[in-house]
This record gives sequence, structure tokens and C-alpha cells, in this order.
Amino acid sequence: MTLQITLQIIYLIASITFILGLKFLGNPSTARKGNLIAAFGMGIAIFGTIFLYTDANGHHLKNLPLIFGGLAVGTVIGWLAAKKVQMTAMPEMVSLFNGMGGACAMLISIIEFQHIQSTFAEPMTIAALLMPGASAALKGRLLIILLGMIIGSISFSGSMIAYGKLSGKVKDKSFGFQQFINIGLLAVILAFTWMAIMGESNQEFWFYLVLALSLLYGILFVMPIGGADMPVVISLLNSFTGVAAAFGGFLYDNKVMLVGGILVGSAGTLLTIVMCKAMNRSLLNVLIGNFGGGGKAAAASSSAGFEGTIKEVNASDTAILMKYAKKVIIVPGYGLAVAQAQHVVHELETLLESEGVEVKYAIHPVAGRMPGHMNVLLAESNVSYDKLVEMEEINPEFATTDVVLVVGANDVVNPAAKTDPSSPIYGMPILDVEAAAHVIVNKRSMKAGYAGIENELFYKPKTSMLFGDAKKALNQLVSEIKALG
Amino acid sequence: MLSFINEHLQLIYLIVLMVFVGIELIGHVPSVLHTPLMSGANAIHGVVIIGSIIVMGEATHTISLVLGFLAVVLGTLNVVGGFVVTDRMLEMFKKKK
Repeated sequence: MTLQITLQIIYLIASITFILGLKFLGNPSTARKGNLIAAFGMGIAIFGTIFLYTDANGHHLKNLPLIFGGLAVGTVIGWLAAKKVQMTAMPEMVSLFNGMGGACAMLISIIEFQHIQSTFAEPMTIAALLMPGASAALKGRLLIILLGMIIGSISFSGSMIAYGKLSGKVKDKSFGFQQFINIGLLAVILAFTWMAIMGESNQEFWFYLVLALSLLYGILFVMPIGGADMPVVISLLNSFTGVAAAFGGFLYDNKVMLVGGILVGSAGTLLTIVMCKAMNRSLLNVLIGNFGGGGKAAAASSSAGFEGTIKEVNASDTAILMKYAKKVIIVPGYGLAVAQAQHVVHELETLLESEGVEVKYAIHPVAGRMPGHMNVLLAESNVSYDKLVEMEEINPEFATTDVVLVVGANDVVNPAAKTDPSSPIYGMPILDVEAAAHVIVNKRSMKAGYAGIENELFYKPKTSMLFGDAKKALNQLVSEIKALG
Repeated sequence: MLSFINEHLQLIYLIVLMVFVGIELIGHVPSVLHTPLMSGANAIHGVVIIGSIIVMGEATHTISLVLGFLAVVLGTLNVVGGFVVTDRMLEMFKKKK
């Protein structure tokens, strides 16, 4: 009895650490502490469960060597993967870990279902089931198991596709009426779920059919969504896994699972909506908007309409322009991350500052592949936190800026978001780089950005293109500025 | 249905309250912290591992042992990987002097 109460108190403390952890994660100065607090809570909850958990008959958990084995294997792999991953690959890593959690919830449901099936087979329990109310309780349990499995497996397969997309292994794919097919599939899944619970026979068949269809649904759900929207999708799947964990909490009457799961479920859903707002789009629009796919075709036809020509500039001219500027704003994008140019951009910044140039970074809310991606990346190379200015604050400053250097960014500076209602990114707030005296755009080629649309900015008279890999081009720029003495 | 609600009333209260707590917590977070926050929340839902430990500890059949072991490994990956990745992201926000 005391063991049980001790465990409940441990769960209570763990629940508090989760709430505090999330709270602290929302503030830059306390974020790291928040993460550690939540990790501590998770640790005591895990070890408390292993040593103190007893079932209804007072039996402790068995198979401890296997449990510790699993913990050890998971810890080593998880630790190494998390430590080794490049900062640029963070988003897909988060997606991968999220998928693991979803798969974990899915497996728990499968085992619990098999457990119910096998107890069903014993004559003793059939007698017990004939007692009034017992069958309803069993059906309630089955419902929770199935819902946990459905959400867990959607989160699992969806996260795997999101991971594949972000790492470039999976391409965007959509086919006609896909949204209707998805909705239909969802209806079928729910219908079969009903069969698995209420059906008198073949429950096993319906259960595994629901499992297979849920996995398929996860794939079809993420497949058509454009790569640029992956952060939103990952955040949504993240909250799905939270809900799946909460179903587990319901199943075992386990409060810490419930608290952790629901917290992430609700916080994750809100975070998803906040992210959508940062792009000035609704969640529905992201999910059915076919951002990447549909836009490409429209873009191809409209690109021909741009007036003006592309002007190329070389590193030495850019160097002169920047050295004698009063104020330079750097707009980083995913190209900077891909080229691993965060260190050299910092070098450029300090070099210009030593020449008396004021340098700032303009951070678009969705620059890179995830909100905050650029901040994390630039912070890695010691760029001071107060030099990173968010969009609303920096936009009025472009008018007083001599040179804007766009490094590997595209859609976030595309004026079509303001001027072209037919553009897939129409309505997204952008950085008003055009207000500056000169705009230098560093890109590898004229290829379109992630949204797959042409950028009129590149054709403007103020704009000059500095082609090349971001790291190489910036290195060249640094040495040219140094050469100017 | 009604008996189900009655039986789990405490848990249902907990769910409703936690939904509101979750929403309050994320209310006004600067977009800079969206990624670490998502990643931290990702680690927290790794609490599902507790379910896998219980399932594993009560398993007797070979199939449930194998699946349970897999569940523990995957859950641990979610927890450990999630917290470590988040810490690595946040490490970069520390004050530079």
C-alpha cells in the first residue's frame, strides 16, 4: 500500500515537472532549465514505475532484465543520434523521435488487445463477463485501446513520411481527389473500429485491419503536404502522439501519462495554430492546401510575366558595397543551413562591425524548415541574441538600410505574397527587403524556393544576384573585404 | 456510457483541466522558441514509455514480450533522444560572454 502511495506521489511530482518544464520552455532565459526539469520528472516516473508498480493483486513487474535491456538499447541509440545529428537536420530528428513515441503507443495497444483476446479464451472469464456491466466495461476498454492505436499509428507513419520529406528521401505526391479519399478512409477506419468493438466475431480481423488502415492513413495524410509546411505537420503529429499517450494513461488509470499526454496534446495543438498564424494561413489551408504541389504548376505559367532582367554581381563588387555601407541587414534562409554557412556569416558580421558597419539579422518566423531554425543555427556560431531581429520589428528598418544580403532565402522575401492573389503564398507576411537601397541575393541557382514559385524580387532593378554556395560565396566575400584593407 | 463516465470522472476532470493548462502555457511564446518547445513537448509525450514498461512487466507470451521490448526501446528513444536534442538546441541560446 505504501509502495502504491509513494508511486502516486512520484507521479504527482513528475506531472508538476512537466507543467513547469513546458512553462519554462516558453522563455529564452529559462528554457534550458525547463527541459532539464521535465527530463528529471520523466526519470523518476520511469524508475518509480519499474520498482514500485504493483498490479491489482499486489504483484510487482516481471521481466526486469528485459525492461532494463530495452531502456539501455534505447538510451544508447537515442543519445548518440541526438548528439551526432547536424544542427541543420534537427527538424527531421524531432519528427523521427515523435514517430518512435507513436509507434510505442501503437505497440502498447496491440499487446493489450492480444491480452484481452487471450483472457477471453479462458472459460473463467467468460463467466465473469456474463455479470451485468462487465461487458460494457470491456467494450470501453477496447475503445480506448483502439483509439490509442489509431492515433499512435497515424502519428508513427505520418512522422516517418515527414522525416523522409525533410531529409529529401520522399518527394511530395498528391493525386486527384486525395482529400476525399483521405476523409473516406477515416470514415472507414471509424466504421471498422466500431466492428472491432461491437462485433460478436472476428474482432481480431477488424482490429488488425484498423491497424493497417491507420498506418496507411498516416502516409496519405502527410504525403500531399508541401515540404515547407512540414514543421506545422510535425507539430500536429506531435500533439497526436500526446493524445495517444493520454489514451494509455486512461487504460492504466495512470495519471502521469494522462497529464503528460494531454498537456502535449493541447499545447501542441495550440503551437500548431500559432505556427500557422505566423505564416498567415489557417490550419485547414495547410492540410488541404497542397502548398507545394498545386503551386508549382501555377508558378510555371506566371513566371514568364516578370519584367526586368536578372543582374549578376561578383564578390568583389559586393564587398565594396558592403564595406562602405552604414547599415547592412542579413536575411538568412534554408540555403544558409544547407551550406553550413552559419560560422562564416558570423565572421562576415564581425568583420563589417569592425569596419563600423551596423549589422543585423532579419529573422522571418518561418525561415528555414522550422520556426526558430535560424535562431538556433546562428546562435550556434555565437551570433549575439539581440542581433537577431524578428520580422515585425525589422520591417520598418529596411528603408534606412543600405545593403540587404539575402542568404539562401527565397519565399520569405517574395513580393508575390503581397501583390499576387493567385500565388500559393499570398497573404504570408514577408520581409520588406525592397525598401532598402540595394538587395544582394545569394543563391545557388535561379531554382525556385520550397513553395515552388518564382520570385519577382530577383528581377527588380535594385536586386543583384550573387550566385554560388552560401559558404563559398560568403568566404569569398570575407576575403574580398579583408583585401580592401 | 453513463457508467463509464461516472467510473472515470476523476480522469475526465484531469483531462479538461490539463487541456486548459496546456493552452495557457503556450499562450505567448516568441517564435524563436517554437522549435525547442515542440521538441521539448515531443520528449514529454515520451511518457508513453510508462505504459510500455507496465505492459512489458506483465507480459507472459513470447509475442507480447517481443512487442513489449520493442515498445520499451522505441519509448526510450523518444524520451532520451527528445530531451537530448532539445538540450542541444537550447545550449545555443545560453548567454555568450
